[in-house]
Amino acid sequence: MEQAQIQIQVNGESLTYVGVETVAQLLTHLGRDNVPCAVEVNQQLVPKAKHSQHQLHGGDCVELVTLVGGG
Amino acid sequence: MSETKPHTSAAHIPAPLASRAANLSTETMANQSEFTTPPLHVGSFQLRSRLVVGTGKYKDFAQMRLALQASRADVITVAVRRERLFDKDGHSLLDALPLDQLTILPNTAGCFSATDAVRVARLGRELLEQLGNPGQRWVKLEVLGDKTTLLPDPIGTIEACAELVKDGFEVLCYSSDDPIAAVRLRDAGASSVMPAGSPIGSGRGIANREAIMILIDLLKNPAHGGRADYPVIVDAGVGTPSDVTLAMELGADGVLLNTGIAHAADPVQMAHAMRLALEAGYFGYKSGRIARKLLGTASSPWSGTFTHIPGE
Repeated sequence: MEQAQIQIQVNGESLTYVGVETVAQLLTHLGRDNVPCAVEVNQQLVPKAKHSQHQLHGGDCVELVTLVGGG
Repeated sequence: MSETKPHTSAAHIPAPLASRAANLSTETMANQSEFTTPPLHVGSFQLRSRLVVGTGKYKDFAQMRLALQASRADVITVAVRRERLFDKDGHSLLDALPLDQLTILPNTAGCFSATDAVRVARLGRELLEQLGNPGQRWVKLEVLGDKTTLLPDPIGTIEACAELVKDGFEVLCYSSDDPIAAVRLRDAGASSVMPAGSPIGSGRGIANREAIMILIDLLKNPAHGGRADYPVIVDAGVGTPSDVTLAMELGADGVLLNTGIAHAADPVQMAHAMRLALEAGYFGYKSGRIARKLLGTASSPWSGTFTHIPGE
């Protein structure tokens, strides 16, 4: 069966994925599944406990953030 | 800071001095052993060090780590930013910090609206939950009014503060030095108000000391509706150790700074200097300064003088 293709915005970049249906799958795809990473979809926080349930849809705007040096 | 107790027991003093030391009153001896700054309580947090330092603008992580050590700060601030998706080899701040020894205070730097500040605060909390760091309970709220001055937007800060308090955060609010804005933030539920000495990164120190004094009075003087243990932390603009000392001499409970250390020619040595300056200001304030006088007052007695005194 052919996997669905979706186009989403990730950190401001337009990216097209095949076989990426959930936040957890997106993080795995980007190699961010084992590092601290907070996720927002369409400006709403998706807590880590919900990463595997949260379905991504075409046009979703995803932010993946981390902690950096700051004052 | 508690490990820097002065050596007051006779065991540390060479023999000829030991007999003189024994003549000191036991009261003095006891007081000397108490010359350590007590912890600062902010909301449910207890800070061992009253100096809170940022982690931005360092040349590299190694230098940052050494400066943080020299500052003896146990609370450090960090920012929330986008992951660089395709730069997996980039070193992470999180790998460079001894996270088990530090409480992280995430900020909302770069936010220009209450809505964005609330989003960023929630993302910061999510990251600290993932890390298991106690800093997940609090946030350093910044809602900026303008990118040129980096001065806070007082209305946006109050809105965001109220929203975050409702959401369970302990909120430390970056504020201007305006005393009434500070009172409004306190009334909106802020765990601490953190007035800017001067614009962020400006190194101009305490630009308006009277404003800071009035702000501290309104927030901490029970006779004026304040609470003596309400924490006021001077944040931003601090350039030199004497700026830190002055903030503490004005009655601040702590100082938060970043650029003053990170951009010094020798950040590690400057971190040490800032720590000492904070202690000097703390004890100076607690000791009660002398009144200012216009004219001179001799320290040596006039009685018993036997030399010519003009006019007498």
